[in-house]
Amino acid sequence: MKARAFSYFRAATIDQALDAHARAGDDARFIAGGQSLVPALSLRLQAPRLLIDITRIGELRGVRREGGFLRIGALTRHCEMLSEPLIAEFAPLLHAAAPFIAHPAIRNRGTFGGSVAQADPASEFPAMTLALDAEIEIIGPSGSRRVKADDFFVDLFETALQPGELITAVFVPLFKADQRFAFDELARRRGDYALVGCGMLATCTGEIIDDIRISFFSVGNTPTRVKGTEATLIGSSLGAERIAAAQAALASDLAPPDSDEVPPAMRLHLARVLLGRMLGRLGEGA
Amino acid sequence: MSGFDESLLGDADETVRVRFVVNGRKVACEVAPRETLVDCLRNALELTGTHAGCEMGACGACLVQLDGRAVHSCLMFAVQADGARIDTIEGFTESGVIADLQAEFHRRNALQCGFCTPGMLVSAHELLSQVTRPSRDEIRDALSGNYCRCTGYEAIVDAIDAVARARSESGGAT
Repeated sequence: MKARAFSYFRAATIDQALDAHARAGDDARFIAGGQSLVPALSLRLQAPRLLIDITRIGELRGVRREGGFLRIGALTRHCEMLSEPLIAEFAPLLHAAAPFIAHPAIRNRGTFGGSVAQADPASEFPAMTLALDAEIEIIGPSGSRRVKADDFFVDLFETALQPGELITAVFVPLFKADQRFAFDELARRRGDYALVGCGMLATCTGEIIDDIRISFFSVGNTPTRVKGTEATLIGSSLGAERIAAAQAALASDLAPPDSDEVPPAMRLHLARVLLGRMLGRLGEGA
Repeated sequence: MSGFDESLLGDADETVRVRFVVNGRKVACEVAPRETLVDCLRNALELTGTHAGCEMGACGACLVQLDGRAVHSCLMFAVQADGARIDTIEGFTESGVIADLQAEFHRRNALQCGFCTPGMLVSAHELLSQVTRPSRDEIRDALSGNYCRCTGYEAIVDAIDAVARARSESGGAT
């Protein structure tokens, strides 16, 4: 199918983009990489009057250290998550997750900010912002603000973003020497949406877990932190018994939706299997 | 640099003039904003080697290079590519840069109907320009976004593997 007719405006600055959105009476969409938006337009799931291209806005680009954070510009492409040395050093969980996102040509064009804004519950990056305790920087008609990832994902494809607002950057706390991370997902075919996926970041003293954040995707309407499961691990080392206890705790943290293809019990089972493997690797120092 | 002009909202199908460098040649054409890059390449520029398959980024038949990176030409509008360098299968064929890949696909019957082949070649070309000697797993991973409904992929992977080997034995890329 073809998209419904729309007007197109290429913004050179954030102000121009916000102004255009307001003047189109909010019947507008920002487009960055467009790897989810273009199919949605082609299928006429969305049909705005105006498409505002934000990809040439310099302020939305670049990766740099800022205080205790890595500031990742919203327009950072998925392929740059693999090639940018600062990401590998200070946000290695994102570096590890990037190869699992769709296919190479999609990664060449899709953007980090776009993925987080889209908030697809089956996407890798939104869930990783939760595991990383990242903050999302938003700008809109009423100014700029930073929202914790924990408060950002509201419901299915629904986030703290209001109409006319856009993500400028994501701030990720710098990875530290006493931290460990793991990422993995189960998919029927490489590049397909995951049946279940997970990322985790632990802060340790020796073998003892002082703090851990575990986030799943493809398990419900939003990316999901499993706080009960996290609590079973804090203060202990990752022995077999402790890992089994964490796997058991998942049942109270996750309530996968009914679907013909993957029944809830199967998805929960897969989540347990994945969690067990990843905690095992984390215990070995991953 | 100009701000937003509200008259833009008046007629959504009004065409916009865009310029690209396609296969090394400067071109300009008039496109409606909703026209995808693949439609522009095939219809306005008559470069029909790029195929429109699923039109939603799943099959990989429409892959082209945009500023040197493989992208789905069905997943962007032609207006977005204004000012970009675009290389299609026609350009790669003309320059000879993938002649060995094409010969090896032919030799090994790595195609049957040929619909997926331009996309396969763009993916293979990008992979071999990034990794000199990819493993079979890496080749399969690079092709994960390219559907072939005829061959079962085995001959395609064989062909790319053979070219990678031949290129590294001859001591450099073509």
